[in-house]
Amino acid sequence: MTRAYRFPGKGLLIDRARKVQFTFDGRVFQGFHGDTLASALLANGQRLMARSFKYHRPRGVMTAGSEEPSALVEIHEGAQQTPNVRATMQEIYEGLDARSQNRLGSLGFDLLAVNDRLSPFLGAGFYYKTFMWPRAFWEKLYEPAIRRAAGLGRLSGRADEAAYEKAFAHCDLLIIGAGPAGLMSALTAGRAGADVILATEDTQPGGRLLSDQPVIDGQPAPLWVDSVMAELRSLPNIRVMTRTTVTGRYDHGTFGALERVSLHKAPGEAPRECFWRIVARHAILASGALERPLAHPDNDRPGVMLASGVSAQFGRYGVDPGPLVIFSNNDSGLQTARTLTAQGVEIAAYVDPRPIAVTEDFPVYPEAQITGTRGRLGLRDVAVRHKGGTSVIAARTLALAGGWNPNIALACHLGARPVWEPVLQSFVMPPGSTPGLGIAGAAGGLLSTRAALIDGRDKALTALSALDLRAAVTDIPQAEDTPYAIAPFWAVDAGGRAWLDFANDVTTKDVKLAAQEGFTAVEHMKRYTTQGMAPDQGKSSNVAALAVLADATGQGIAETGLTTYRPPYGPVSIAALGAGGRGEGFAPVRRLTSDAKSRAMGAPMIEAGLWYRPSYFPRPGETGWREACDREVRLVRVKAGVADVSSLGKIDVQGADAGRFLDFVYTNTMSSLRPGKVRYGLMLREDGFVMDDGTCARLGPEHFLVTTTTSAAGLVMRHLDFVHQAFCADWDVRLLSVTEAWAQFSVAGPRSKEVLGRLGITPGLPFMGWRGLSLNGVPARLFRISFSGEEGYEIAVPTRYGAALFDALVAAAEAEEGGAYGMEALNVLRVEKGFLTHAEIHGRVTAGDVGLGRMVSDAKDCIGKAAAQRPGLVENREQLVGLMPVNQGEDLSAGAHLYNEKDPAERAFNQGYVTSVAPSPTLGCWLGLGFLKNGRARHGEVIRLDDGLRRRAVLVEVRDPVFFDPDGGRMRD
Amino acid sequence: MRLSCPCCGPRDRREFTYYGAADYLDRPAPDAGLDAWDSYLHLRDNPAGPTRDLWYHDPCQSWLQVERDTVTHAIHSVAPVAGRRA
Repeated sequence: MTRAYRFPGKGLLIDRARKVQFTFDGRVFQGFHGDTLASALLANGQRLMARSFKYHRPRGVMTAGSEEPSALVEIHEGAQQTPNVRATMQEIYEGLDARSQNRLGSLGFDLLAVNDRLSPFLGAGFYYKTFMWPRAFWEKLYEPAIRRAAGLGRLSGRADEAAYEKAFAHCDLLIIGAGPAGLMSALTAGRAGADVILATEDTQPGGRLLSDQPVIDGQPAPLWVDSVMAELRSLPNIRVMTRTTVTGRYDHGTFGALERVSLHKAPGEAPRECFWRIVARHAILASGALERPLAHPDNDRPGVMLASGVSAQFGRYGVDPGPLVIFSNNDSGLQTARTLTAQGVEIAAYVDPRPIAVTEDFPVYPEAQITGTRGRLGLRDVAVRHKGGTSVIAARTLALAGGWNPNIALACHLGARPVWEPVLQSFVMPPGSTPGLGIAGAAGGLLSTRAALIDGRDKALTALSALDLRAAVTDIPQAEDTPYAIAPFWAVDAGGRAWLDFANDVTTKDVKLAAQEGFTAVEHMKRYTTQGMAPDQGKSSNVAALAVLADATGQGIAETGLTTYRPPYGPVSIAALGAGGRGEGFAPVRRLTSDAKSRAMGAPMIEAGLWYRPSYFPRPGETGWREACDREVRLVRVKAGVADVSSLGKIDVQGADAGRFLDFVYTNTMSSLRPGKVRYGLMLREDGFVMDDGTCARLGPEHFLVTTTTSAAGLVMRHLDFVHQAFCADWDVRLLSVTEAWAQFSVAGPRSKEVLGRLGITPGLPFMGWRGLSLNGVPARLFRISFSGEEGYEIAVPTRYGAALFDALVAAAEAEEGGAYGMEALNVLRVEKGFLTHAEIHGRVTAGDVGLGRMVSDAKDCIGKAAAQRPGLVENREQLVGLMPVNQGEDLSAGAHLYNEKDPAERAFNQGYVTSVAPSPTLGCWLGLGFLKNGRARHGEVIRLDDGLRRRAVLVEVRDPVFFDPDGGRMRD
Repeated sequence: MRLSCPCCGPRDRREFTYYGAADYLDRPAPDAGLDAWDSYLHLRDNPAGPTRDLWYHDPCQSWLQVERDTVTHAIHSVAPVAGRRA
């Protein structure tokens, strides 16, 4: 069985010495190394490979390339399965597990083939018209049933755990396609020294030269390909990328490309695919031309192929198509018949609608058409209507040759529109429509080998000239230069269903129906019929479909136009596009220097921007975050706590105008700050709302250190750079982010001085003072600032000493009966004090809203000051308040809205909202911060906190936002 | 999309952060009045064709003024914001 349909001595790409076993639908087949799944099945006599999308018609393979519309299969690898794999692109390997898809039952007996019997009712627009009513049936009945019956392959339902890769490449010249034109371009550019990438989606260079194998310079074309490739591989400036489909062309010379790295091998270590982003100074599109079928009744049976597919399956893999009938409207189809018969393939008939007068070694039917085919699961015979009547001719394969579409998808990706070329009966790119992209060979409508070779060289010369590279003369080898003629013939008028789009089951009737119902524009017809919307994107079918539409509407093809080409050219797996972006690869991870120690102490981590910060530090016997948090808050209030605050942004500002600059970006004045002092500052956006807050320390006469919140560090850096470069570039000021240069730790609590003392530090600092010091020879900075309301210090050392300092501080704090505290406690401590975070300064609040209106200096301009004086930003604002439950045992929840006690929880009555809540062990109840209409005038009022999400309401008393130690004595003294 | 940073050369757009129209460079005087500030902050053209906008090149921290075409996607010029009045 194995060699039954393998032609002796043919098959350039297969190695008959290396047998490969694989399975299709569980049945074991044998092929050869180099086979595709399609060629190996064909060689085994297995023409039936798939069921069609809508009617579940038996389908086989039509092509030998990526344009394959019909032979889509699932590939299984362990628990993984990849649907809709083109059998023509899947190389076989030992143990390959391929399965047919879109069937209910077996491939040979598909229960859903009943759809084919119902086809008179299932034409274009069927779903739109039929399942309108009753409406409730759509979700419950219609949609699930349709989804079961339609659609193609299935996913495993599991996450794709396989490896994928992404990569970037740069070159002078990207050559897309390695047929005669592409190879000649590469040779010319390579010899001129250009940095060239030659990309082909095929397993090896050669293109159609490997299929048709014409004579070049007196030898078979594959030998010429070998000699060219030998030279190219010897050149260090040429990169050859095989199995690489260029999928998209983007602005400014950027291309996307998908490399099938290891899909042709049994699963192993290598990534399955790699998505490349290639940046090329110039590019040449040598992507060839794609053949199109002819529409005639029952032209979709297994065994009906494109002539180019037959030729490629024969030349590349030795698949014997005979007895073969060829139906062609052009000289290329006739040439295929001649080439195959010369090599011994049995041609049962050559059928051509044109009045050709030729004498051949096979039966020729001029002015003839194919009016039908028979054979349920594989072609048995064809009916030929000719001058003498109708003949039924037995055939295993019917080759359709409906002409060539230059493969111009990539040329159109940036919006260029193709034009109709009547001599070719195809669309081509008008000259000059694709700057930076030359179009060479068949992609440009030049269909002979010699014309492609010449054009490949010439387009390379044009590119080299644009790249300022001098090229040597490259001779063009001798090759066929056969003229090409085609008749404008698209569809046989003989009743019955004639397929245009095999992948989506669109027939000539569907297109005519679309026109009849008013969908006469090509983009409307496409969407109504789904023509060209399958994985193959209508590569072989679009032009014929619009020709049928043009005929139905009476417009010409040129006027009807082509649908828009958009990336990607071929299917791209999301896994390849997102390579590296799963799990920890999703976003960069920023770790504190204390990270290892915190984790060793059992601290769960919480994300703060890209940082991971310890949430709390559990101790034995504690059952959850709350107990740990309460304890950590108490130890800061009573003893001393240590926390890593390194993630706060730090910006070093230097220069003679540094103070002046900071006055411009802060609402308050920083130029008056004395060296050795620290000041709290507020920055506005230019629209008057608060951007960020933080401290500013004067390190020297012309040297400041600005801190930002963790989440706004990048934003503030960009903002300061903008203000400087846009408005005062001539000022003497320089800005540098030093966030990652310093590790910084907070030491807070009544015993913080003692903790520092255990490290040999005597602070000797007033509140809001700072000084430099040497810590065992390490330069350090000590700031007396507080985000907890207790006497507090922050000590900063170069990052590489951070871990050691954290260890020492935790040990010292524990010796003082304190310890480390995490983000939960930090939050409780600051809520008790009414200190702000980005929960409060969320982008819609003014300085006045948060009670800091007095910080906007009257004496100077600053960013945001003018806009902050807009009436809408000063009148009837929601103002920051503290909230405390009337019943002390009740929880508060952030995100809840505020209402007057008796008002309904409706938008019109909304009085404000809650931004932060915290369980306060200090005050023995939950505390909240929020914004309330004219809230500062309402302290003491009882209002209702209503949480519609959690369906609860709590009465709360409006308070000053500083719940604890309102005069701040604890942190000052 | 690629922009040619005056400091660093041609770079992929992933290295840049977009800000908005170059109108942000024309900051009104503090006392210019509400209308001037409203226009500066909020009113923008949406041109089909040539436009000027602001991009930040994160690696070198340069703010750049880019003249480009929203129809053809051509980049006409990329110049540092800081040098524009020099």
